[in-house]
Amino acid sequence: MAYLELNNVSKDFGGTPVLKDINLSVEKGEFVAIVGFSGAGKTTLISLIAGLLKPSSGFIKLNDLEITEPGPDRGIVFQNYSLLPWLSVFENILLAVEAVNPNWSADKCSGHVEKYIAMVNLTPARDKKPGELSGGMRQRVSVARALAMEPQILLLDEPLSALDALTRATLQDEISRIRSETNKTVLLITNDPDEGIYLADRIIPLTAGPNATLGPSFKIEIPRPRDRKSINHDGHFKQLRREIVEFMLGSKSERHTAITRKLILPDIEPEDLNVPRTMTAWRKTPIRKHEQKEESVEVEP
Amino acid sequence: MKTFKFDWLVLPLIGVAAVLILWQVSCATWAHDLPTPAKTWESSKPYVMEPFAKRGEMDQGILRFTWYSLILVAKGYALALIIGTPIGFFLGLSKTFTKIFDPLIQVLRPVSPLAWLPLGLVLFTSAGKNASELGALFTIAICSMWPTVMNTAVGVRAIPQDYLNVAKVLKLSRSKTLFKVLIPATLPYMFTGFRLSLGIAWLVIVAAEMLTGRPGVGGFLWQEYNALIYEHIILCIVTIGVVGFILDRLMSVVERKFKTA
Repeated sequence: MAYLELNNVSKDFGGTPVLKDINLSVEKGEFVAIVGFSGAGKTTLISLIAGLLKPSSGFIKLNDLEITEPGPDRGIVFQNYSLLPWLSVFENILLAVEAVNPNWSADKCSGHVEKYIAMVNLTPARDKKPGELSGGMRQRVSVARALAMEPQILLLDEPLSALDALTRATLQDEISRIRSETNKTVLLITNDPDEGIYLADRIIPLTAGPNATLGPSFKIEIPRPRDRKSINHDGHFKQLRREIVEFMLGSKSERHTAITRKLILPDIEPEDLNVPRTMTAWRKTPIRKHEQKEESVEVEP
Repeated sequence: MKTFKFDWLVLPLIGVAAVLILWQVSCATWAHDLPTPAKTWESSKPYVMEPFAKRGEMDQGILRFTWYSLILVAKGYALALIIGTPIGFFLGLSKTFTKIFDPLIQVLRPVSPLAWLPLGLVLFTSAGKNASELGALFTIAICSMWPTVMNTAVGVRAIPQDYLNVAKVLKLSRSKTLFKVLIPATLPYMFTGFRLSLGIAWLVIVAAEMLTGRPGVGGFLWQEYNALIYEHIILCIVTIGVVGFILDRLMSVVERKFKTA
């Protein structure tokens, strides 16, 4: 029995489904990366797992319990940090710790918070407000907050895509280190195949939306700890990256967009004089047989 | 330093001088009942030089009158905030509540204080001696409430979904969500509303005092008009303006503190 299980999950917002027939199972302690185009529905997928959205059909189970609402058993790191700007780093994390452990003493709570601030190397900034921190530091706070809740699974929603390349590399190493220290189950959503391959045990591409669905799962057999410099020359890494990129580009080019437009043909046929003329101003039927036509046009993107 | 003084002292003084000249010219040409600036100052001197004197119920120093007015405004304003802020929150949080009460609010909002006051007096006739004060408080509260209501509602609606998601994921209790997320996120909007409300409350005071005849800047103004001492009308107008300006400045300082937070 898988730890996190998505079974035929579809989601639409009252039109074409954004996500269709998503099947995913993540084992306990596994690090899975999902890589997809922007706009493919990655954030929708994580919102479903977080319980912020409800699937239109199918079900999601965590530890054999169906997910129906948001809860602190799933720690989320949002793409835009989602820190409360009027609270300091310490208070932001404390709010989460107190909410999850209502019967802890104040000392125990603050000790717990300090531990996670130290884990993301932010002790010097503990009393700063999020507005005074750089993007990378804010994301560390967000990671610390998610970890401090001691969730069963950590959901990372494009956590590094708003950061510059150098900060991103540092934070990737940090995530890798934290994950090896805590052995948490992690689901990472990203738009960067390299990031996914570098961090995860398994990487699954999400096809382009609408009707996005998960592609085949690629197992990453690069031994840990992985080295950023040598990984670029690793044959397995290169092959994986090629396969994933090819799969994703392939899924995009298969897509056709059908549009329907109304065609008004010129009057070629003479009027049918056998049809009796009525005096009403609005004609119910066209006098000429082929005044209007509809045509469906297939357009290659 | 030189330009600073020029910008903040000399230029405004030119404006004041221009108005004084216009005033003097008006007195000399067409407004024969209008007292000249010099005469106004002469007549106002006892009220300004002894601002806290009390020579009789309607003959007191100008700051003493101002103090009475400020106390009444403070009470009415406090009432407006206490009633208006929760209404604003409900409007912002509940679509149904908005649909029920928004049309009513939009209709009541533009009603003038002069129209509310008689209703206030009628409402509290049973209070006897206190009727005029309660009526005035009612008027101030109901007129100055609307900016607070509207701004709070807008502020609540403008709370980013991210913050609400955080509250949902952490499963914060209702009261914790309110005090840790909703109120802090709305504060900047609320303070803009509070500042506008204070301006209106001060605007209403004159009308309320005029009609009820209570001692205060507005009541004094109306009494001196009836007593044909026109100099004091101008004194009252200047006082009301200056006090209103100071109140607005004070509120915007407070507002700025919360904006940066």
